[in-house]
Formats: sequence, structure tokens, C-alpha cells
Amino acid sequence: MSDHGHRDHNEPESGPALRVKAIESLLVEKGVVDAAALDAIVDHYENKVGPRIGARVVARAWVDPKFRRRLLKNAIPAIAELGIPSGPEGEYLTVVENTPEVHNLIVCTLCSCYPWPVLGLPPVWYKSFAYRSRAVSDPRGVLREFGVELDPRVEIRVWDSSAELRYMALPMRPAGTEKLSEDELAALVTRDAMIGTAVVKYPPAAVARAHAQD
Amino acid sequence: MNGIHDMGGMHGFGPIPRETNEPVFHAAWERRMFAIVLAAFGARIFNVDEFRRAIERIPAADYLRSSYYERWMRALSALLQEKNIASAEEIEAALRLTASGGAAGSHEARQAARRPSAEQPASPAGAARPRAKRRIPVRFKIGERVIARNLNVEQHIRLPRYARGRRGVIRHDWGVFILPDKHAHGGDIELCHCYSVEFDGRELWGDEHPAGESVLIDLWEPYLKSATAKRGAASSSGQRRTTKRSVQNKRRVKS
Repeated sequence: MSDHGHRDHNEPESGPALRVKAIESLLVEKGVVDAAALDAIVDHYENKVGPRIGARVVARAWVDPKFRRRLLKNAIPAIAELGIPSGPEGEYLTVVENTPEVHNLIVCTLCSCYPWPVLGLPPVWYKSFAYRSRAVSDPRGVLREFGVELDPRVEIRVWDSSAELRYMALPMRPAGTEKLSEDELAALVTRDAMIGTAVVKYPPAAVARAHAQD
Repeated sequence: MNGIHDMGGMHGFGPIPRETNEPVFHAAWERRMFAIVLAAFGARIFNVDEFRRAIERIPAADYLRSSYYERWMRALSALLQEKNIASAEEIEAALRLTASGGAAGSHEARQAARRPSAEQPASPAGAARPRAKRRIPVRFKIGERVIARNLNVEQHIRLPRYARGRRGVIRHDWGVFILPDKHAHGGDIELCHCYSVEFDGRELWGDEHPAGESVLIDLWEPYLKSATAKRGAASSSGQRRTTKRSVQNKRRVKS
């Protein structure tokens, strides 16, 4: 707190927690916001949406080629088929497909644009200065930091979400998963794989470790 | 605005901070901050472009020092004042009250809140989410070569610095959206096409850059000019005029 300079000893402890509480009280008093509506918003983003939704979309695309085509062509009606509504930060969703030739990576260099309806709110690293600055100029370096080493022949496409379009990567289905159910496939899909900073592995890392100990 | 927020291509921010089993919010106040801003969008107190602009206006050193939701808090406070929802004095009064244990709904809180500007403002914000269904003539075709204009304006703009003056190719026409530039300054609505433009990595970062990389950026039509004119972009204003005319002539011939 030293960067805020001298503080009168009668002045109470400051900080964002207090200030946000004060702003909320003020806005509730003025009838601008409703405390119950705020609770509902928090509940929605904390408990209802998240990467499990995107993982369902990916798994369906893996098992249903026709759905995959519809998804890549126009994602909003396709995800609606799965009962997934669009919403803020996802009205104009585009799904981009990772293939053996092309790897897609999603970023927002200017702020933190992210496909909320399918992935929930972004992780801190996605909003970090380090990721925002380097994803466009050094995507291979960024991927290496995430433990992903791509063949140099694989073309990388970085999507900088500078407007109202939002992007989600459709990761490649790992080999050896032919017998898995759609739910089992969805369980393999990670958030980072749908941003493009990871590839989907099978067996997943934890299972592979357990097997190694057998 | 050539602000600190425009980070694409910068060095010096260190490794990417990753967290395992990361919670959606890291503190209770972050939850409330997020929800208040979403509710304010819903109430059309300000639009998303005004909010982004408010974040960009945070002085650069403070921007870097603040956490993500601290930046939201600063932007929200600024916008509440700008839109005459709450004055700085009211916010400070509410802060003192909260700090001294006064809760919302107390007599004191009501008094503090109702001081100067209790009447609801007429919000000029317009829709929070800026896309329009109107049909607007389209200037660029898929596959057309374009140059991102070298715009250095103090106002809000969603043309990243690293793309300015660079040559790219139109890959998609996303349709008509509200231009954020004016929308961020009081909610004026100008409709135009927004395109996905692909820039080769070497065009953006130089000949030494590895091959096989590209960046696709969503850019509004006024951010772009045609690259199909014979003379290059880096010319005197006289030549630029000539270039423009020749483009217009070409278009006329085609239509």
C-alpha cells in the first residue's frame, strides 16, 4: 500500500475489497443494480459455465462428422443443437479446427476477449501481459512454455480477438480413443486445448502416470 | 490510442503465470466487481466500447501495477462519474461509510447516496453488444489484399499497433458491426463491415521471423485500405491521392 503515499491515521484501511463493497452499496441504494441480480450473475459464471461445456462440443464434433462440419461452418446454431445458449462474449463464436497441418491459437492482445458461453471466464494467464504480448509474435515459444512442441512444418494461425468475434479451437482427437464414449472423450478435453495452448492426450497424463507405476 | 493495453509484440513481461486448479475468482470482491459491471452493461449505463476505453485510459504505470479486476474497478468508477451515476465525492463517502462498518440500507448510506445526482441519467450508451443487422455496402472481397492503415489516434481504436502499415489478406467478412471508435466516446453509432484479415508472420515481425506463422485480426473497414493499387503505401500525399484515384477507377471499371 506504500505506493498510495501518506494516509491519515483516521482514514480506514483501503483496498479493492472495501471500494467494491462501497460501490455496490451505492449502486444498490440508487437502484442502478440489484444485489440479488448480482448474486445470480456470480452464480452463473462461477457454477454454470466453464470449459466442460466446450469439451462437450468438442466430443460431439469428434464422434459426429456432420455436426463437426456444421460447427466449423456456423458455431452458434451448432452449439444450440446441444442446448448450449449463446450469451455475452460469445454471440459471434467461430470454431477453428486444429489439424496435422494447422494449429490455431487464440488470444486477445488488447484486453481479454474470450468465448464465455463455451469456456467460462478466462484464466489469469490468458489475461496476463506475458501471454497477450507474446502469443502473436512468438507463438511457438509460448506453446513450448506450455509444454507443446509442434513439428516445425505445422503452420500456426494466431487469432487476435480484436473485435466482437470470439474463437474456440477444436483440438485433434488423440489416437487410441476409438472405443471411448462421447462422455469419456469430453473428459479428456482440457480448457487449454480449446484455447490452443495444449493438445489433447490419451491416456491423460494422470492415468499414464498411474499405469507407469503398475 | 497508443496505450499500454496494446501489448501485441512487446517483450519484457516474463514467463506466463500459470496456476493449477485455478478458481474462477480469486477473491470475493472480484465476484462482485465482475457482476456489477455486467449488471451495468445490462442496465445500459455504458457500452462495452466505453468500458474498454475506460480501462485504456488508466495511466500506463497504474495499468501495469493493477490486477485485472482492479482495472475494472478503476474503469467502473470513472464511468459512473462520467455518466452522472455517482460523483467522486459520493463514492468516497460510500467508501468511508463502508469502512466504518455502515451497511447498505442504513440511513447514513441512503443520505450519502442521495446527495448530488440521484436522478437516473438518460444513457446514451445504446446496445451493450455492438452488432447490427443492417445491410451496408461492402468494400473488400474475400482474398483481396489490403493494408492496415497507419492510424495513430488518441481516441479508442481496435487496430493493434503491430498490424499498422502491414499488408494482409481478407479471409472473412463477418458482416456489419458498430465501429467501436465513436461508440466508445458517448455511444455514437457508425456501422461498417468487420473482416478477418490474415497477416503473414514475416510481414508483421520481419524477414528473420520463422516461416509458417500468421496472425488473423478482426478489423473494421475504416482501418483498412486496398493494397491492389500499383504504387506502395509509403508515398507522399500527392502520390497517395493518385493511388486512391486509380483504385476508384478500377472499381468503377469493374462495376
